Amino acid sequence: MAEIRIKNVAKQFGAFTALHSVDMTIRDREFMVLLGASGCGKTTLLRIIAGLETPSQGEVWIGDRRVDKLPPRERGIAMVFQNYAVFPHLTVFENIAFGLRMAKLPQSEVDRRVKRTAELMHIEQLLKRYSGQLSGGQRQRVAVARALAMEPDVILMDEPLSNLDALLRLEMRAELKGVLAESKTTTIYVTHDQVEAMSLADRISVMNGGYIVQSADPVEVYRNPAARFVGSFIGNPPMNFLPATRAGTNQWTVAGRVVPGPNAPRDRIEFAIRPEDMRLGEDGIPATVRVVEPLGAHTLVTTDVDGSMLRALVDSDLSVAPGDHLSLVPQPDRVRWFDPETMEAVR
Amino acid sequence: MPRLLPYLLLLPATAFLCVFFLYPFVLVAMESVTREGSYSLDNFQRMVSHWKFGTAMRNTLLLAAVVVPVQLALSLAMASVVTKLSTGRSTLLYIFAIPLGISDLAAGLIWLAIFEQTGFLNSALYGLGVIEQPVLFLSYQNPMVIFAAIALAEIWRATAIMMVILVAGMGLIPKEYGEAAEVFGATAWQRFRKVTLPMLKPSLQTALILRVILAFEVFAVVIALGGTNFPVLMEETFQWQFTLQDRGVAAAYAMVILGISVAFTILILRLLHVPKGARV
Repeated sequence: MAEIRIKNVAKQFGAFTALHSVDMTIRDREFMVLLGASGCGKTTLLRIIAGLETPSQGEVWIGDRRVDKLPPRERGIAMVFQNYAVFPHLTVFENIAFGLRMAKLPQSEVDRRVKRTAELMHIEQLLKRYSGQLSGGQRQRVAVARALAMEPDVILMDEPLSNLDALLRLEMRAELKGVLAESKTTTIYVTHDQVEAMSLADRISVMNGGYIVQSADPVEVYRNPAARFVGSFIGNPPMNFLPATRAGTNQWTVAGRVVPGPNAPRDRIEFAIRPEDMRLGEDGIPATVRVVEPLGAHTLVTTDVDGSMLRALVDSDLSVAPGDHLSLVPQPDRVRWFDPETMEAVR
Repeated sequence: MPRLLPYLLLLPATAFLCVFFLYPFVLVAMESVTREGSYSLDNFQRMVSHWKFGTAMRNTLLLAAVVVPVQLALSLAMASVVTKLSTGRSTLLYIFAIPLGISDLAAGLIWLAIFEQTGFLNSALYGLGVIEQPVLFLSYQNPMVIFAAIALAEIWRATAIMMVILVAGMGLIPKEYGEAAEVFGATAWQRFRKVTLPMLKPSLQTALILRVILAFEVFAVVIALGGTNFPVLMEETFQWQFTLQDRGVAAAYAMVILGISVAFTILILRLLHVPKGARV
């Protein structure tokens, strides 16, 4: 059992607060992705769980042990670093065996585990090489193999794919997902790449400014952002936001049209819709086309609605040109609302 | 033209070295194998058969064998501490580096002021009532004390140069390696042994070669503290050149020192060799 519980953890670096009182539980065998822009505190949180950083306050529990005072080696974790940290002076074999040697496992067990993880990561032909003779992708595989060889309760990954080129990243992403699902460890994975997060995670914790803004499964995070930030961060292109003013009970005026909405205790809220959740039709939001970007399957149209930007993904068969006037109809069940004061979703 | 430019710019320095270093070096080498106008190994024979040669050789090697390992251990410890510091690092480096700014003769004299009959050590011991009258520490009857005093002065004087090199080398090792080792179960000592030390090899090479060569050339500190009671190779070179006025034997001594230095340099390069591909 390796459930991770983080209780009221905060971290200050001098006057800077990297992490405001974070509470979260990562279930046994769950793949949790910490997602956020750089400086949001996700790496700090990971390093606190690893024991490479001491929290200014709070507790970290792995399974039924409180670990925040323990050194990293007593926490039952393994880690994959952003720059791989594959030791240059050791062969691939010795790199993978490093943790096993530290744990003083018998040679036969070391051999067995190195062989197994090397096969798993398809690097069995590289075991005698040094890291200087490996490509970035191969080093990445060594770093993952080294973590898996520990057969840890928890694997921590700090942006492990960010130094790979786009194609390799795609390949490794799929492979990681398979390997980690099979290893049945609890995984915490830090990334700033939303696509990576969506594709890997059982659950995503979106972080911003040292807070966890939302923790939910990928589809929930995408469909029902708990906060404006989540909607504006996840999705490419992100969610559209338009100002809405009260038109009556549960009625709001958006771009001149009255639409049904939530019962919010304010006169002004925000209407939000994802670019792919609008279609062309009668009586929609009147929009003037500014930029047209064909993306292959779809065409991304950036339009102007009363001075606000609204982006829509339309079928690429449609011919649109800058200056055209479109009528964009939002799919009613995909419309979301946000409170501009608290920045939180209004339901 | 731009391809030749670097060589052109290096030409003055190269020419300078050839004229003022390589040429005299060849002359000395020739001199060591010349006796009364003809080539012979007479000079080496004379050098070896002199009673002081064995002692000088033994003293020099012994001194290096004691001083360099102690300095290596000390400089590694100091560099490790300095590297960990977040504040006051440069101040500490400056303090450690003070002895580097002092000439070796001056360093010898400082330690002479401590150990001589009217020195600080005697006054202190006398003041504390440990001894009843000043002791002659550095007499020919106490070769071990002379040896210890010279070793101490050398350690005090020249450890910082190794430390400075090692601090620079440790700064080049990315922090992630230490963290990875920590996560994968290494204790502080294991991290030092299994990660820092192997990755420090290039800097260790530089520091050791520099120190070992200088250890074989030890001279002024020995003269200041031991006089002629503690013969070393460099001192013998000096004696043959100026006191005994035999340039041939002095040249032979110089060649022996060179030979030892080259041999140890090669040895260190071999021992601390980092295979290609295993470099950081």
